[in-house]
Amino acid sequence: MPHDGHDHTDPPDELTLRVKALESLLVEKGLVDRQALDVLIDTYEHKVGPQNGARVVARAWIDDDFMAGIKADCSAVIRDAFGFEGRQGEHIVAVENTADVHNVVVCTLCSCYPWTVLGLPPVWYKSAPYRSKVVQDPRGVLKEFGTDLDDDKEIRVWDSTSEMRYLVIPERPEGTDGWSEDELAKLVTRNSMIGVEEAKSPGDNEGDGS
Amino acid sequence: MSGPHDLGGQHGLGPVDPEPEAEEPVFHDDWERRAFALTLACGMLGKWNIDEGRFARESQHPVDYLSNTYYENWLAGLETLLVEKGIVSSEELETGRAGGKAEGYRVPDAAAARKILATGGPSRMTMDLAPGFQVGDRVRVIHNNPWSHTRAPRYTRNHVGTVSHDQGVHIFADAHAQGRKEGVHLYSVRFEPDELWGADGDGRSAVYVDLWEPHLEAA
Repeated sequence: MPHDGHDHTDPPDELTLRVKALESLLVEKGLVDRQALDVLIDTYEHKVGPQNGARVVARAWIDDDFMAGIKADCSAVIRDAFGFEGRQGEHIVAVENTADVHNVVVCTLCSCYPWTVLGLPPVWYKSAPYRSKVVQDPRGVLKEFGTDLDDDKEIRVWDSTSEMRYLVIPERPEGTDGWSEDELAKLVTRNSMIGVEEAKSPGDNEGDGS
Repeated sequence: MSGPHDLGGQHGLGPVDPEPEAEEPVFHDDWERRAFALTLACGMLGKWNIDEGRFARESQHPVDYLSNTYYENWLAGLETLLVEKGIVSSEELETGRAGGKAEGYRVPDAAAARKILATGGPSRMTMDLAPGFQVGDRVRVIHNNPWSHTRAPRYTRNHVGTVSHDQGVHIFADAHAQGRKEGVHLYSVRFEPDELWGADGDGRSAVYVDLWEPHLEAA
């Protein structure tokens, strides 16, 4: 199959030229402002990302009222607490992992994702393999991420078909009693907030991605 | 439409093969940055809504949709919409040469773009509308196969689930893709694996899907 091993890092020159031509055309016609383009890129490349969501999760772990608040109206509570608001974060639903339930998020129809707390989605989240499989075989997909859940734990898969955006609150790792919010936030990975992994444990190596 | 984008439950698409989180950049090439920003900036001209944007991407030929990388699909959708809405002519797109300055558009500058991102675009509507279903109700997703845009995935159609949340009144995506802004109740509906996949489901799991009232009937 030609689609296997499709390289996402090495697009043909033709594509680079096609985008450049379109940008020049739109600028020449006065339809886009290059400084606005720079703002859009900078916002999602450098300012908004999973470090936002990690702060939300860490706060929820140490503050029961905050946890209750985000489970009732996440978007309003995190706007007031942290100023996280805006596009693709208008209607966030926080779903909490417990001893009995594990949550995982997908958008089978496109790539819906809570931008204000996680930034832009990773390639795998937007890809056909993940979107096709996780609704039928969530345990199998989690195993591809090295996540092995007990058979008696219920997995809830949230298919983001509307403008509701789902944020998973992973379980607080053992051995973190008395940790500060900043220390806890370092254990909260992007993948744990999508629900394909659990949060890191205190002993896990820094930067040990998946 | 039952297009190539409607992927839930399809087989044979390969392993997920995730890049390690710590190593994955936000964009994998400069053209992706530009395609992303151009799509958002052109969307801010206000000539199409998010559901028309989705429909433009999913209306590509399935072979193209599935073999393209993600931002190639964005680019294809953007080019389609620019021509369809008469913002750019197909000749201008082919030659790359502007036939003239565009007039009558409100083009956001850097400050305006920042403000639009921060404001977002809520789909919830403040409308007093009685819900047709209550939490706990058993509902069946209507049995259809529309050519137009729908956010009811194929794998849920004609299947029965339980209403788990009423999310209030939201813009109905299927009508929105045709340029109509209609408010209806949106529900999160829980489906058991044996209902969706028979004996091929994962025993201890459930899928929650957001569906609008017109997608549902009492079961």
